[in-house]
Amino acid sequence: MERIFEQIPRFFSGPNLTLLLESAGLTLAMTMAGCLIGFGLAFVLVYVRQTPGKWAMPLRWICILYVEVFRRIPFIVVVYLVLFFIQAVTPDASLFTIAVIAICLYAVAYTADIIRGGLESVPQTQVEAAQAMNLSRLQTNLRIVLPQAWPVIVPPAIAFAVSFIKDTALVSQVGVFELTFRGKELNNQGYSGILVFGTIAFCYFLLSFPLSMLGQYLEKRLGTPRGQRRTRKLWSP
Amino acid sequence: MAHLAVSDVRASYGALEVLKGISFSIEKGEIAALVGPSGSGKSTVLRALMGLTPITGGEVDIAGETMNYSSAREVRAARDRMAIVFQQYNLFQNMTVMQNLTLAPLKIKNWDKAEVASEARRLLSLVGLADKADAFSDQLSGGQQQRVALARALALKPQILLLDEVTSALDPELVNEVLDAIRKLADEGMTMVIVSHEMAFVREVADKVAFMDAGQIVETGTPAELFDAPKTDRARDFFSKILRH
Repeated sequence: MERIFEQIPRFFSGPNLTLLLESAGLTLAMTMAGCLIGFGLAFVLVYVRQTPGKWAMPLRWICILYVEVFRRIPFIVVVYLVLFFIQAVTPDASLFTIAVIAICLYAVAYTADIIRGGLESVPQTQVEAAQAMNLSRLQTNLRIVLPQAWPVIVPPAIAFAVSFIKDTALVSQVGVFELTFRGKELNNQGYSGILVFGTIAFCYFLLSFPLSMLGQYLEKRLGTPRGQRRTRKLWSP
Repeated sequence: MAHLAVSDVRASYGALEVLKGISFSIEKGEIAALVGPSGSGKSTVLRALMGLTPITGGEVDIAGETMNYSSAREVRAARDRMAIVFQQYNLFQNMTVMQNLTLAPLKIKNWDKAEVASEARRLLSLVGLADKADAFSDQLSGGQQQRVALARALALKPQILLLDEVTSALDPELVNEVLDAIRKLADEGMTMVIVSHEMAFVREVADKVAFMDAGQIVETGTPAELFDAPKTDRARDFFSKILRH
């Protein structure tokens, strides 16, 4: 215990703080880039998955397979797969790029189901009203369905991103200089593990807490979905 | 030449055939009413015409043109000529009244922006809602929403207007405001196919009535013929039950 107090002034010195700040920024950047790109791609995936018609059957199956497979692989395995795959193709890709791609691939699989659930929560009658006016599937989704689905999609999507900040610690395994990696490094330099990882834990909290607040704010601002919610009506005779 | 001619139209939900060969036709400016018990397929006829329920057989002619509903392009052409008002209004919840009215005319029909806006305002005053242009649908009563839905359908300048039990979801005291708006359209000579349980209203505005049961048209005639002297047992049974009170 005495050792910890003795180390505190030295541990919170300029170079160490810069290092921690940098790695915290890296953790945040990695997560946000991965989740945002992943979120965008998840929309494309859901849209493709909902393509009607026989010819689109293989496309639909690929989308379903992607989601089902990636949700069943541990994140760290995805990270290693991406690492070795990318390095085989372009040996000089940065570790940051590799981490973002891995996060992205994972985020697509998880947010796709959130988005699909959100889109399906909009009553089918809204879609039919749009169809009867000759709106295309894309127009119907962008102008009618998606605006009504946001309140259902945003809260769980942010919750996913917040919880995923923690899971990105796993990419330290491939040598990305994010928070946990720096923690191990400082620990190896002789700093007390309790001190180092206590600080790291606090950093993770500082990163995810504002995001949670943002999530709550958006949830309030988007409010409860407009209009009465009806269950999906399959057909009326 | 009939404005709308439906002959032997069939539709199924899976193995269940819900339209077993429907045939009827209406002239320009005429109003036809489909009446009958719940589940007889009245609404499905309108849904099939709008391409919302797939047609498995038969033929539909609109203004002398035969529409092949298995072709997406011709379904679009059919929808371009008709507009439907739903029982549950189905106004777009994320849009104002004005946006509901102008969306398709601007984005699908590509009509002039200023003309679309002034036409939308004219239609809103026609249905008595000129002051509600910026309201969202959850700020309106059911009767107001249904009148907006009517104006939205009219904004598409349809050749044929389909009304699917437009008063069934409304409180009794709101029914008349919607019926009044439809009467105005009838006076203007709009061609309409109406599915309705408001027999007194049907008798007043309809030129011809078709009585449907179990996916088939059992009997057709003028309102007076059908309501006062039905020929078939099924129709006699139905009208004796509903016209008594």
